[in-house]
Amino acid sequence: MLHLILFSVFGIICVAGAVNLLAQRHPINSALSLVVVMGSLAVEYLLLGAEFVAAVQVIVYAGAIMVLFVFVIMLLNAGEEEQTKGSHVAWLLGIPGMIALTVIVCWAVLHTQSAKVALNVNPGASKAFGNAPDIAWLLFHQFLLPFELTSILVLIAIMGAVVLAARPDSAEQSRGEG
Amino acid sequence: MVPLSYYLVLSGILFACGVTGFLIKRNIITIFMSIELMLNGVNLSFVAFAAKWQQLSGHVFVFFVMVVAAAEAAVGLAIIISVFRTRETLNIDQVNLLKL
Repeated sequence: MLHLILFSVFGIICVAGAVNLLAQRHPINSALSLVVVMGSLAVEYLLLGAEFVAAVQVIVYAGAIMVLFVFVIMLLNAGEEEQTKGSHVAWLLGIPGMIALTVIVCWAVLHTQSAKVALNVNPGASKAFGNAPDIAWLLFHQFLLPFELTSILVLIAIMGAVVLAARPDSAEQSRGEG
Repeated sequence: MVPLSYYLVLSGILFACGVTGFLIKRNIITIFMSIELMLNGVNLSFVAFAAKWQQLSGHVFVFFVMVVAAAEAAVGLAIIISVFRTRETLNIDQVNLLKL
């Protein structure tokens, strides 16, 4: 029962944050409501017994990625977005289409028999199901190759970000000096 | 105890909000945030199915999705900065060099 109450409260906060992201005109307000969505999703992960994922969600998503977003919004001094002709068409077609699709998906999921079984998270167990040592064991045995590949991906992303964000004139200058 | 279907419904609503934001928003940074919202919706269903089948691989996939999202955010925001430098705008309707 406590699980259901916590799920409902944070689920409603989560959906409210997502709708607020769409309703706000200013990007900084959208970014802050996205932080609310990610924080409440971390609580949902904890309810599912995923301790490690919840911690990483707060540190990486709500921490690192959103700081990057807020930093870029402030750097570019982004103001309110302006509406154009194309966006009115998107409003007229996009919102009813997405509402219809959501209703169909929810109806299908709620009428599936196998999805009605309550999840067994067993809070009484000595250690949680999604604890860090078990995930680390899996990462460094079964998923070792993908794990090493992500390190190369992150390295390339760092270099790409530096190359793309560097000022063109300063890049030429340093090339001329070197 | 919460049924699996509730988590899937929440994940579906988050994904739909992300797609709607992708369609109706005109600010390039907000569109990027909508993509992150979609990734979060998918992550929730990964974790819910991991709890359903008692398989830890779901958590590992969420970890990989987060790594890719972080890399994507770094490169994407760098692209946004360089677009802003050349076009002096964040409105995607004014970034129309590829249009006929």
